[in-house]
Amino acid sequence: MAEAWGRRGFLGLAGAAGLAAVTGCGADSGAGGGAGSGAAAQPKQGGRLRAVYAGGGAKEVLDPHVQSLFVDIARHKAMYEKLVELGPDLKPVPRLASKWDHDGTATTWRFTLRDATFHDGGNLVAEDVLYSLSRIVDPAVPERVAQSSLATLDLKRSKAIGPATVELVLTAPNAEFPALLAGIGTQIVRNGFKDPSKPVGTGAFRYVSFEAGRSMIASRYDDYWDEPARIEELHILSADAEARANAVQGGQAEYANDMTATFARTAEAGKTVRIVAAKASTMQAFVMKVDQPPFDNPDVRLAFKLLADRQRLVDVVLAGRGEVGNDLFGKGYQYYPAGLPQRERDVDRAKALLAKAGLIGKQVEIFTADASAGFVEAATLFAEQVAEAGVRLKVSTGSPQTYAKDLLTKGAIGNHRSGAMTIPQYFTDRLLSQSPFNVTHWRRPAFDSAFAAARAVTSEQERSAKYGVLQKTLRDEGGILAWGLPDYLVAVSAKVQGVQAVPPNTLDQGRFDKVWLA
Amino acid sequence: MRLLAVPYAVQRTLLAVVQLAVLSVLVFVLTSLLPGDAAELRFTETLTPEQVAGLRIELGLDRPAPERFVHWLGDVLTGDLGTSLISGGPVAGIVRHSIGATLVLTLATLAVVVPLAVALGIVMGTRENGRIDRAITSVTLALSAIPDFVIAVVLVAVFSLKLGWLPATWIGGDLLSSPALLILPIAVLFGRTVCLLSRQVRAGTVAALNAEYITQARRLGVPRRRLLLRHVLPNAAVPGVQELARTGDTLLGGVLVVEAIFAIPGFATALVDGVETRDIPTVQGLTLVLAVAALLINLAADLTCNRLVPRTALLR
Repeated sequence: MAEAWGRRGFLGLAGAAGLAAVTGCGADSGAGGGAGSGAAAQPKQGGRLRAVYAGGGAKEVLDPHVQSLFVDIARHKAMYEKLVELGPDLKPVPRLASKWDHDGTATTWRFTLRDATFHDGGNLVAEDVLYSLSRIVDPAVPERVAQSSLATLDLKRSKAIGPATVELVLTAPNAEFPALLAGIGTQIVRNGFKDPSKPVGTGAFRYVSFEAGRSMIASRYDDYWDEPARIEELHILSADAEARANAVQGGQAEYANDMTATFARTAEAGKTVRIVAAKASTMQAFVMKVDQPPFDNPDVRLAFKLLADRQRLVDVVLAGRGEVGNDLFGKGYQYYPAGLPQRERDVDRAKALLAKAGLIGKQVEIFTADASAGFVEAATLFAEQVAEAGVRLKVSTGSPQTYAKDLLTKGAIGNHRSGAMTIPQYFTDRLLSQSPFNVTHWRRPAFDSAFAAARAVTSEQERSAKYGVLQKTLRDEGGILAWGLPDYLVAVSAKVQGVQAVPPNTLDQGRFDKVWLA
Repeated sequence: MRLLAVPYAVQRTLLAVVQLAVLSVLVFVLTSLLPGDAAELRFTETLTPEQVAGLRIELGLDRPAPERFVHWLGDVLTGDLGTSLISGGPVAGIVRHSIGATLVLTLATLAVVVPLAVALGIVMGTRENGRIDRAITSVTLALSAIPDFVIAVVLVAVFSLKLGWLPATWIGGDLLSSPALLILPIAVLFGRTVCLLSRQVRAGTVAALNAEYITQARRLGVPRRRLLLRHVLPNAAVPGVQELARTGDTLLGGVLVVEAIFAIPGFATALVDGVETRDIPTVQGLTLVLAVAALLINLAADLTCNRLVPRTALLR
């Protein structure tokens, strides 16, 4: 399933330090309204906002169904919308679909469409939705990223019930279906949309120009259904971390995405730039392959979890900008079992477990690469911590560009980072026998079927309890040693207001129609 | 003597063609050695292994490397640089798109560096080992000893972030409306190139001043100004012109760093992107254009020297 929406993550806190906007984030129950508009200051109209993201050169695309980079996601978000989006806790919230319902078994779903218009003046109707979905799942174009997550969608049996109601049928029950419609690359395009270089969406900004690797320019769409944007013109630009830092400090950009902790420290010392930190919103972990020695022994997995000095890893590798992890993904998200105790360091117990496994004095190799900030540093520091129990962890470094793929096959233990996605999505991508990115090789048929059963439960409370049991199993027996939950950092120039710190791939992240320039 | 210059030019041109052929093979082999290919890297975290395999067939990456090379070469010989594996657009388009910024940057730097270096070189050469000579030498040597990125970071920190006088990056700006974008990048490249060039002109000047024909000219009472301009400078310029060709190469290396730091959407940026995404046709196309440019510059330099002081050609 599509992984891109997990590349980097964000979790909700209010944007501006001085703004009492926190209240605005309060999660309305499932079908609630949009984002909090908690405005302490009076929003101003007009102006141009330049936002800089990590670029992808020629890799950048205008086709909303082919997006894989953060910069693409931001650009498409300005022009296109989805039926459903995710709230700050990664719970589905309505967008182009104002509400939805299912047949009682979570197999046949009906979505009611909002009264929205496309940039060419046409009204949003059920046919647009059906066309968009058929374009996404077209097997001839594997780059359409939501293809695998929507694999159970049965388009032949899906149909329009009226202009504003669409019925979507699944081949298997799935209570998480609305969340899947909020995934990466699920934007609604106009019926018959063929040429991605001429974007026509329902979003708050209409297309002006695009140059891959450089910029996209869009202007305010005055007939936007959800209150037209405050800013007049939006530029979404591409640049690497160094240039992003210089641009936002030098006044050439007003918003810089994905900044380092080092930059945050410098920036906070000055007055020109403010840091919007989404607390503990991504995950840094070591992943152990449960089918490879020595980690095929559950005692060794537990021993390694007990050896991690999580606070020190957070302090050193994340420069203190983050929280310690509890060997699970998704803290703060819907379905996260908050009641589990925090795993603490226990060298003596770890030693006993390792002695029992006969691993004391032996060497284990950790496979890492400079693929993501802090990977090599974390591996090196962890090696010191493991050494205290008498096991030598040898750090071996691979190629950064191919690391994500190499990790699937190389090394018994390595680094893993994940951003925001729903917890069921994380399971589907990484923890089932057939998962394409199962980096811990966690393959248990009983776990798979328990997950499928949980996903089909229509009562949210019951479903949550079932997911909770699976997560406890993972925390105790699984191969994920989630040591840290880094903050996600965005830098904005002092005059930018209304930026909310929520996980990426959620509604209010990179949402420039709600931002204004003071 | 003129007649001799023609076969020399032909010789040099043939050599350049051979160099180009060797280079294109080298680039292909080296990029093939990089881990991963475009299909894998393009969607490394979004596509399943089966989908990547399908994409690889679609992009033609499943075919053997020699076959891909021959195919590419055939296209190039008919003037087609091929298609980008990543964007699906023509590589020629990427070249056209990115060459402007680099060209402007390089030419503007040369326009500043060359007159200054020549002037400095002559000043130093005519005052060999004097106080001014030593002072200029120290400063230019020091400049060339500092790595580009250090100069760049310091200049940005001082003139953009601290004083706010000059733009720190090219992000969100364009050259026509704000030519000030050029100042810091040129300043960085200046430090890198001025030293070597002025040293060569200085050496040429010193050698020329000590030559017997100058002594003779002096004895005949040729005025100093005329002596310098008509007799010393052309001779002093020979090592300078050759160094200038090398400066072109050095500049290209410097441009790589400068483009990255100032987020300049030029050739180097496109090249780095191409390598990172294993977009081999793009890397090959860009390298080929760069190579042709470098070869042409060197060719022009050699032919110019040949004209300036014809005997150097005869000696070869």
